[in-house]
Amino acid sequence: MSADVFAKKRRNSLLLLLIVGVATIVSIIITEYNMAKGFTSVPKAVQWALSNFYPTKDSLAKLPDILVKLKETLLISIAATTVAAVLAFIFAVLGSNTTKVNRFFGSISRGIAIIFRNIDVSVWSMVLLFSFGQSSFTGYFALFFGSFGFLTRAFIETIDEVSGSSVEALQATGANYLTVISQSVIPSTIPQMISWVLFMIETNIRNATLVGLLTGSGIGFTFNLYYKSLNYDIASLVVITIIISILCIEFISNYVRRVIL
Amino acid sequence: MQAEGPIKTFSLQTDKFLDNQLRERLSKKPFSKSSIAIRTCGLLLIFLTIYAFISFDYKDVNFIDALLLTLDNLGKMFFEPHLKHFSFSHALFQVLVTLGLAFLTTIFGAIIALLLGLLAAENISSKPLSVVIKGTVALIRAVPTVLWVLIFAVAAGLGSVAAVIGMTFHSISYLVKAYSESFEELDKGAIEALQASGANWWQIVFQAVIPSSITYMVSWTFLRFEINFAVAVAMGAAAGAGGIGFDMFMASGFYFDLREIGAITYFILIVAICLEIFATRIKKKLKVLS
Amino acid sequence: MTTLLEVKNVSKQFGKDTKALSNVTFSVKEGEFVSVIGPSGAGKSTLLRCINRMVDASSGEIIFDDAYVHQLNKKELKKVRTKIGMIFQHYNLVNRLSVIENTLHGRLGYKSTLAGALGLYSEDEKLQAARILQILGLEEQIYKRSDQLSGGQKQRVGIARALIQDPKLLLCDEPIASLDPNSSKIIMDHLRNICTSMGITVVVNLHQVDVALKYSDRIIGVNSGKVVFDGTAKSITSNDIHQIYGSDEGKLIFDLGGSHVS
Repeated sequence: MSADVFAKKRRNSLLLLLIVGVATIVSIIITEYNMAKGFTSVPKAVQWALSNFYPTKDSLAKLPDILVKLKETLLISIAATTVAAVLAFIFAVLGSNTTKVNRFFGSISRGIAIIFRNIDVSVWSMVLLFSFGQSSFTGYFALFFGSFGFLTRAFIETIDEVSGSSVEALQATGANYLTVISQSVIPSTIPQMISWVLFMIETNIRNATLVGLLTGSGIGFTFNLYYKSLNYDIASLVVITIIISILCIEFISNYVRRVIL
Repeated sequence: MQAEGPIKTFSLQTDKFLDNQLRERLSKKPFSKSSIAIRTCGLLLIFLTIYAFISFDYKDVNFIDALLLTLDNLGKMFFEPHLKHFSFSHALFQVLVTLGLAFLTTIFGAIIALLLGLLAAENISSKPLSVVIKGTVALIRAVPTVLWVLIFAVAAGLGSVAAVIGMTFHSISYLVKAYSESFEELDKGAIEALQASGANWWQIVFQAVIPSSITYMVSWTFLRFEINFAVAVAMGAAAGAGGIGFDMFMASGFYFDLREIGAITYFILIVAICLEIFATRIKKKLKVLS
Repeated sequence: MTTLLEVKNVSKQFGKDTKALSNVTFSVKEGEFVSVIGPSGAGKSTLLRCINRMVDASSGEIIFDDAYVHQLNKKELKKVRTKIGMIFQHYNLVNRLSVIENTLHGRLGYKSTLAGALGLYSEDEKLQAARILQILGLEEQIYKRSDQLSGGQKQRVGIARALIQDPKLLLCDEPIASLDPNSSKIIMDHLRNICTSMGITVVVNLHQVDVALKYSDRIIGVNSGKVVFDGTAKSITSNDIHQIYGSDEGKLIFDLGGSHVS
């Protein structure tokens, strides 16, 4: 009997391994991935980076320009996240099982959120480029739409997890809908929500680089400019400023999380 | 029924002396560090947002016109999609290519992250090694994926190799963090019990550590696969990695064909939503199991 | 003595097949302490929630203080709910808020949308909250966060939140099910005292028969959604209790009037 269980378990694991193996081989074939080249490219890239990819004294002259673009990118990321968070909160309240007004609005708001979060920021930025051109709006809205979808899902989960019981208690006292939201849902979920917002800002700074590359704005554009003109020393300086700013934000958000959670 | 009980009665008649005592107590409201932090955080975000809107580079874009144009474009995309420069089967194949990129990245990432995750978990490795690995991983994560891909493209040329390697870097850093944290949740006693019975490190890893955190690992890995699909689309568009993302880039940057972008968006959307539903299912199933 | 609450032929259906309540009828007089007992899943919780319409009954009438609760619109229902305090098994406090903030939540039903949403309370309300907390022995904890309290203290905050509503009726859903015996006694003493000295009617769901017998004026026994016993605590026999719990004689352990019956 027990031997059977072990044998079955082993068969299942082998089957799973086989499926993964086949899927890997199929993926290698259709993506034309070259295993050998993959392995050799890592040491090659390290060697290249060590000999070319570091800032020189001359590249430091470009630092002020880079910082201006970096500031722009940081501000766009923060603004997009903050505004998206407010809208996401409204949609999350309507979409959460604990606080939804009725089933119809619940499904609608969850549906909208699913569509928004599953269209990648890269897609949004290419679409918005048509109407907003190379202005800050393009990056702003691309990040805004993506964050809105993601935060709505995160907030719905937070509301359902944290505030179910206290919502019931306030409804039983005869408090009206808005009062229940502001006195029970907001106070019980705000630490988690801020934590999600900080996480989203971090993610958005990384995404902003991508959006900038695609739309020709912000820090992504600056990187691309020097990268394409083979000025690797300045391009590396751009990467370093991005790393520093993301690590700073991560440090701040870790600190805030420790205090508020 | 009205008999007085033996314990203190609930008379709420006002007692001046008592009320004054209570008033004094009420006036001693302590400061809470957490609510101050939340308020500061909120105000700072609002302030930075307003400042951002003032300092935006608007480039003489008429906001209302552009917004209307966006809505019009979105209408064209989603309600009148068509495929002109690509055939349906081509698009379908390219979606598979993108899925393939995401899959390879996830598998490579998971295998390497498993090893590093074990070394990064404080309870089964050593503290200094854990700190070094976690620090390196945080540094890798701070660089946007697209930059990793472009950096590798210098050595390997633009294409699937640079894309997979560059994206794998990010997957590794993400999964090492997730894996090592789930390893660290493992009960100390379980490891001790096996150590006491004379098991060596590998035996402990395969008999206690991995079995007890496998559900979390599967859940995190699939979540990363979902993310990697979106990343693979983006890399196709921004770093020449091929797949449906590249078609999207062509439709937008070369053919300027919104309706085609719409059709491609539908392809991506359907796959992404399927992955999300699947991921939610797995998560729910694992929650029941654990 | 006047009748405060009348429940007439109330039934509740969940989905197609599950009938939580069928034809439940009873009435409660002003100032009475009534316990609802019965096995888990008998519909006690649903019954209690039907009274203030946290759950809508499928059919039947509920009359509270001359108001036909089942017919009320949203606004009128909220007004009735301000007169009915509710106490929960899991306390249902907002964990991150202080004891006094949680207590003041009981006043929200009386406030306009704006005042409620902003959480504006008058000095009188704050003083009243402090008085109630003082009586419940929580004056030291006024500004403590609720998640730092013990279970018994949390439930006392729950009682304070209900009392500041100035209610005519308290509905208590398994108030001591998550508490140790010592805290349970404190909570039950407080509830009994609220009933006796403030004249507030109390309806409480319990699964400890001995507690129900000790504290209540009247007992209502529920099994599979039906009322199977309705009478004074003194008149209940061990036979009745076996009927309520639907068990074979000799399998239950409970304390009836000090002597051990099994």
